Amino acid sequence: MTAANIHERRAVRLRLAFAAAGAVAVLFPIYWMIVTALSTPAELRGSRFSLWPAAANWENFIGPWSKFPYPTWILNSAVIAVSAVALTVVINLMAGYAFAKLRFPGRDVLFLLVLSTLMVPVQVVMVPQFHLVVDFGLLGSNWGVVLPRLAEAFGLFMARQFMMAVPDELLEAAQVDGSGQWRTFFKVVLPLCKPLIAVLVIFTFMWRWNEFAWPLIVLKDPESYTLQVGLLFLKNQYGQDYGALMAMSLVSMIPMLIVFALFQRHFVEGMARSGIK
Amino acid sequence: MFAAPAVAVFAVFMFWPLIKVVWISFQKTSGFGIARWIGAQNYQDIMADPIFWTALANTALYTLLSVPLCLFAGLAAALLLNKKMPARGLIRAIFYMPAVISGVSSALIAAWMFNEDLGIVNRILGLLGLDGVAWQSEGLPAMLSLVAVSLWIGLGFNMVVYLAALQGIPRQVYEAARCDGASWWQTLRSITIPSLAPTTFFLVVIGIINSFQVFDIVYVMTGGGPGNSTTMLVTYAYSTGFEQRQQGYASAIGVLLYLIVLVLTVVQWRIGRRRDTA
Repeated sequence: MTAANIHERRAVRLRLAFAAAGAVAVLFPIYWMIVTALSTPAELRGSRFSLWPAAANWENFIGPWSKFPYPTWILNSAVIAVSAVALTVVINLMAGYAFAKLRFPGRDVLFLLVLSTLMVPVQVVMVPQFHLVVDFGLLGSNWGVVLPRLAEAFGLFMARQFMMAVPDELLEAAQVDGSGQWRTFFKVVLPLCKPLIAVLVIFTFMWRWNEFAWPLIVLKDPESYTLQVGLLFLKNQYGQDYGALMAMSLVSMIPMLIVFALFQRHFVEGMARSGIK
Repeated sequence: MFAAPAVAVFAVFMFWPLIKVVWISFQKTSGFGIARWIGAQNYQDIMADPIFWTALANTALYTLLSVPLCLFAGLAAALLLNKKMPARGLIRAIFYMPAVISGVSSALIAAWMFNEDLGIVNRILGLLGLDGVAWQSEGLPAMLSLVAVSLWIGLGFNMVVYLAALQGIPRQVYEAARCDGASWWQTLRSITIPSLAPTTFFLVVIGIINSFQVFDIVYVMTGGGPGNSTTMLVTYAYSTGFEQRQQGYASAIGVLLYLIVLVLTVVQWRIGRRRDTA
């Protein structure tokens, strides 16, 4: 073994040590959350503390689950996230195709207008959006949460960027074969868009599942809460009893963590792509 | 026809509200019942409202602390994880994972860890023989705990974008530098960091815009307190509009927030363009 080789292996070990230390630091809050969720209130309040629980105590998971409409909150979150994903993906795929490949009057102006809303914070338009939801009679309903958030420029922007790369020749060939716009869209364009669809589904699901500010405004009745609003409600109920809070928060994270574990590559690629443009 | 659903949704739920928010900002209204036209009164009140200026200063402070920290940590993580090592994919995934956790959950974990009496941060400080920090009863520590959460959440995104950019730097440039005997530090300073400048710029823009919208973690973790020491522009707009139900006033704050973000974007765009042409 050469000296350079030994040197290189030592460097790899050193870098690995740094990276592992970073990973442990990032993971620690999650670990601590799990430990807390498995602890009894007495353990949490005690003057001594331990980095691991004395024994697994499942009371924190069972108690709030039966005392509050937690299962309903899961259902509400799921209904909102799934319907938002379906609508967002369909709308953005169609619009992405139109803005990338079709010609119609005012196309570029419209696209610029949509793009300019990328950086509009929800809090800027929350009052008029709230009035719209009231006028449509959607206050307190899942639709009141879903509909206003369909006007989100990110997905449309991504869809357009992606479809710009679809070769025009392919579309023209389909047209020559006598295929109409819709046929071309379904038979030629969509099959090429699988990576785009994956990214749109994953990100929209994450945003809607994790969303807090807007549902907080629209949903008033505890039965209609989503998980995130429900967690705030629990925080006000439990005060310093963090065992139950950590347990319920952990349960609310599970779907996202599963999605992340399965589609990790898409997350990272989607983010990187939005970064490079 | 393909664009129709998107255009309809944007017209109703984005463009119309953007126009209407300006209109409402000239009114006194609780959101229900009759609104009264009061001209520029809301804007005059805001200019004389100390909480508004506190919220603006807090938002600026949070941004000034959080954005450079996330940027620096993201770059360090990317440089480290761009090199070959065992379990690299897993470690990258771990660094990115907090980004998929909701702001509410992140804030709850942090509220517990930074709890003044029972939280692990102060307990560990106690084991080291140090006094606990007043994370909840003093302004600056509360702000710093929010910045810590923002680092935990934002690190992964910054890292991923930097990693993608690092892979875009041609290998030959590094080989040439090595042949010239450049040290690691020299290579970093004269090749890597300049090559990453457009990426850094992009991340600064995104970071500032995101920081000006920070709501979930503030609302759940500190609720703007203690006092108003962590009240941000968006949490103040929310509390005036939906807790005090002064929706005209909240809309005026919204309009000002929009103008601030707009000015920041234009300034950044100008700087970016000047740098590109230089």
